[in-house]
Formats: sequence, C-alpha cells, structure tokens
Amino acid sequence: MKKEQLLDLYHQMVLIRRVEERGAELYQAGKIGGFMHLYIGQEAVSTGLIAARETRDRVITAYRDHGVALNCGISANEVMAELLGKATGMSKGKGGSMHMADTSKNMWGGHAIVGGHLPIASGFALGDQYAGNDNVTICMFGDGATNIGYFHEALNLAKTWGLRVLWVCENNQYGMGTAVERASAVTEIRQKAEGYGMKNGQANGMDVMQVYEASKAAIDYVRTEGQPYLLEIDTYRFRGHSMGDPERYRKAEEVKQWQENDPIGIFNKYLLEKKVATRKVLDEIEVRVEEEVAKAIEFAEASPEPALEDLFTDIYAD
Amino acid sequence: MAKITMREAISQALMEELDRDPAVFILGEEVGVWGGTYAVTKGFYDKYGAARVKDTPIAENAIIGAAIGAAMVGQRPIAELMTINFAFSAMDYIVNQAAKLRYMFGGQFMLPLVIRAVGGGGRQLGATHSQTPDAIFAHFPGLKVVSPGTPEDAKGLLKSAIRSNDPILFIEHATMYQVRGEVPEGEYLIPIGKSKVQRPGKDLTIVTYCKGLELSMKAADELAKEGVEAEIVDLRTLRPLDMEPVLESFKKTNRAIVVEEGWKSYGVGSEIVSRIYEEAFDYVDAPILRVAQKEVPLPYNRTLEQAALPQVADIVAAAKEVLK
Repeated sequence: MKKEQLLDLYHQMVLIRRVEERGAELYQAGKIGGFMHLYIGQEAVSTGLIAARETRDRVITAYRDHGVALNCGISANEVMAELLGKATGMSKGKGGSMHMADTSKNMWGGHAIVGGHLPIASGFALGDQYAGNDNVTICMFGDGATNIGYFHEALNLAKTWGLRVLWVCENNQYGMGTAVERASAVTEIRQKAEGYGMKNGQANGMDVMQVYEASKAAIDYVRTEGQPYLLEIDTYRFRGHSMGDPERYRKAEEVKQWQENDPIGIFNKYLLEKKVATRKVLDEIEVRVEEEVAKAIEFAEASPEPALEDLFTDIYAD
Repeated sequence: MAKITMREAISQALMEELDRDPAVFILGEEVGVWGGTYAVTKGFYDKYGAARVKDTPIAENAIIGAAIGAAMVGQRPIAELMTINFAFSAMDYIVNQAAKLRYMFGGQFMLPLVIRAVGGGGRQLGATHSQTPDAIFAHFPGLKVVSPGTPEDAKGLLKSAIRSNDPILFIEHATMYQVRGEVPEGEYLIPIGKSKVQRPGKDLTIVTYCKGLELSMKAADELAKEGVEAEIVDLRTLRPLDMEPVLESFKKTNRAIVVEEGWKSYGVGSEIVSRIYEEAFDYVDAPILRVAQKEVPLPYNRTLEQAALPQVADIVAAAKEVLK
C-alpha cells in the first residue's frame, strides 16, 4: 500500500474514534436519541476491510455502523446530521444511528434486527449474479448474529447458489452482555462455515494491516471463484454494547488488557516504525480530524429538522 | 373475451411479465422442476430456465430476504410462499424489512417485490395450513396487500403488481384455482388500490373480497329470488384501501354487511365497518354486520371445518338481518 493510502487509513480510524467520542457527548447531552452503539475499539476491522473492496462491491452491516459508513466515504457531516435526526442526514433523519446508508457509495445500511440483514446480503449477491456481474457483497455482523436462524439460512443459500458474499463476523467476544461461550456451541465462529462447506479464515481485528491483507485475499477468492467465504475477525469493543450498558458482565481488567492493544495505537506505532510517517505528520492528522468533527457537529446542529410533510414521504415509490 | 380459470389467469400474468421484462424472475419452494405446488408455474422451468424460475430451499427467511435484497439492487423478483401460513416464518422480512426499508433509509432505493401467497381454508389441511391472516399484513404501512376474487382481476392486478416499484403481498385462495371467469383478450392492467362494484343493486351493500366474493355472488343470487337486490363491492386491494365505491354504495343502500374468510375479531370487516361509521354515519339505517370465520383454529374434520368457515347461508341470513 502506498504512503498516502496508509495515512488515509489512519485518518479514517482516528475520524471514527473522534466522531464517536463526540457523538457520545452529544448523546449524554440529549441531542441524539434512541439507541447508539459505539464502534470504539473495532475501528481496524471495517477500516481494513473496506479498504480492500472495490467501490462496486456492496457493503451491508448491523447497527454498529457509524465506522462502516465513514469508511465507505460518507462524510462526518452526514453521519453527524443523521445522528441528530436532521434533514441533511443520508436518510433525512428517518433512520438514525442504527440505519446509516448511502447506496450511491454502495453502503446499504445499518440494520437493527440481529442477523436480519444476512439473507438480504444473499439477495444482493443474487441480484448481481442474475445481472451477470462479479460484484462482491461484503456482509458484516457480530458473533451474536451467528446463533440465529437467519445466519444459517443465508449461508446455506449463498453456498448452494454460489453467491459472491464475503461474510465477515466481527467477533467482539460478547453478544450484548453474553459472552460467546455462553451463547454459541462453538466459540470459534468460523467453524460454523464448515457445516456449509464454505471456505473460511480468521484475522486479528486489532491490526488494520492484517485485516486488510486477509480481506483482500478473501474478496479475491469470492470474486474469482464465485463462492462465498466467511472471515472471522477477532476484536473487542472498548465501550458498552450501547450507551445504556452497565457492563456488569465483564471485568475492568479485561477491558484494560484489550485497550492496551488499541488498534489506533498499534497502527500509529506501525507507521512510525516503518517510517511511513513522522510523529508530526500523525499529530497533524489528529488535529485535522478534530477540526473535521467540530465542523461536522456545527453542520449538523445548524441543519434543519425534517419537514413535518416528510412524515408521509418515502413510504411507497409508486 | 375468453373464459379461463384463476390458475390460467395467474399463469398468464406471470408468463407475460417474464416475457416483457428480463429483470423479472420467480423464486420459491417447488416453483421450478415440480411446476408449483398448485401447478401455477407448470412448464415455466423448461421455458425460462433455472435462473429465472429458481427452486429454493425450504427456508422462508432466505426466500423473502433474498428477494428483498435482489429487489433493492434493481431486479424484480416474484417470491412464492407455498402457503401464506409460511409467511409467519418470514414475518421479519415482510414486516420489519420489506415494509420499512425504503422509508427507514429516506427513500434511497425502491423495493419492486411481489410475494405471491396462497391462503384460505376448506381443503382439510388442518389449523396451521388453512389460515386467512390477510388483515394482519394489511395492518402495516409500507406494504401493499392485493387479493383478487376473479380471474380477470387476478391477471390484471398481478401484472400491475409485478410492474409496481413497491413490495406487494398478492394473496390467492387455495380453493379458487379452478374458478372460471371471462378475461379480456390481449394485454390489460388493473390498477392496485381500486375497489370495484362486481354486482349492482339497491337494497343493501355487501363489502367483500377474494373467496368472500364467490360466496357473496351466490348469496346475492339467493337474495334476488326473494326480491332483494344486493350490491357487491369487491375491495380487491386491502392496502391501500379504496373506500370510495363502498361509501358511494352505502350512501345509496344505507345498509351493509362485510364478508371475509378471516376471523371476525380485529379483521377486515372491523376496519370497513369503522370506516363507514366514521365517514358515513348519517347514512346508517341499521347496524352493519360482519360475516366471518368462527373464532377457532380450523379443524381437520370436513363438517367441523365447514361449520367454522363462512357459508352462503350465513351471508343470506346476515343480509336479511340488516334489512329487517
């Protein structure tokens, strides 16, 4: 990867972190409503993964979606505006935190029913197969989504029909507050792909370069072989499941241990050690991001509320 | 005009739209090699091939979920549910996804999806395979629900549904595939969301749809023998609901009954009666009655099953009651 690309990835990771830190403040201040699930700690996963796609490849994910949206090229302005429920958000304020999408950037949401978007991902790939192209659908979900029937129906269909889906399980060790081993018959999620005769692999989700390499190889496989692939990426969320999480299910030491492997810190160190950038350059990126996020909040706060008439628009196309 | 069966009408609609638009394809359980469990897609697999007539696993979430995904990215899938009772397995996809995705994402894409489903009782299939849950689906904004009562309407409405850019649940009745009716020659479309007077009359209004239409027509014949002229308004579409012909008829007759095969409580009849009271209260000359299924899970035994389903005699009795 070229220097500019590497620095862009660093920028994306820091941007996700700051958008969410400021978002959390706005949530506490009552300016963001509903549920909000932070991606903090998992930034390397979507950053490395999305960097490996071509823009024609479709992305669909679950409700922990702010980072994925930013990685897909949706601006901080629009993400912040959607969080604040403003008319300038991608979904005009009708979707909110859990429903970030911009189909022009091939980011198809943001889905709030656990596992619900997996058969839809198979459908994207079916649509592409029917159209005769070799686009890849990248479908992200948590470990918790692999215990529900949708997961199994979607994987079975993808393998049976030879659909180009890269299934990406972000194993962040907990489905809400329930540890993987308390909810899943196998703790290594990739094993579930074996039951469908589906090729699979694993990557360290705290290291963006490892995620990128594994994703690149997996996407190439899916595209050229015309077969699905399941990539399990081990990661950890530093914050609670959502904003209202008392975190009784895990020990502070465990969180601290993972935080020592902060994906941004690891990548920062990598860039310095490989002499891709000096500390000064990285500091400048951090400053630039702070400004970008401040401007995004300004933009979102100054943006208009959706008009009351919009309550009745977008229900039907005809 | 040619006289054809409901099955032929639906088959023709599917075939004409498959011929017309390459984005249209069919998927569902046994739609291909088998030819459809109700033989609606018989011969399609050989004519259109496996890519356009796709046999699926018995996995309703995958069927409807994949159809939604394909529709979002520009194809025009027709997903078949072997029976509407299996729609409950795919409830999340019909209710939480198909009906909401466009709105939730601010109208960023269209969802041109038709879900064909066979409903209704009367074939001794037992409680889980005989339901008429149409009202449940009509409850959700974002979905359109169509349920024709004649071959002519079935063909014209299905063709419109396939060309529509919205998710549509198209409900057929398991006992009506052999019903014959006149169908116009050549291509025609019938707009979704338009009720229709199927039989004119002046003494009372019978509001109904689907299987209820067949029963109500027979009841109207009975009533005619006694000099009662019943006007039958066929809803054809449950959402969006077109009340105009209903209200117009009611303002003329001032008396009405609603006939449906589903259960009475919280049903289609409840909705129609409420609307009449809300929008035409000054015209009410008698309480409006509902003829519907008895409040039991449908039993297997033929006599018991028929006792639970609405019958022509029930409609005649209700009509006489409101005419008292």
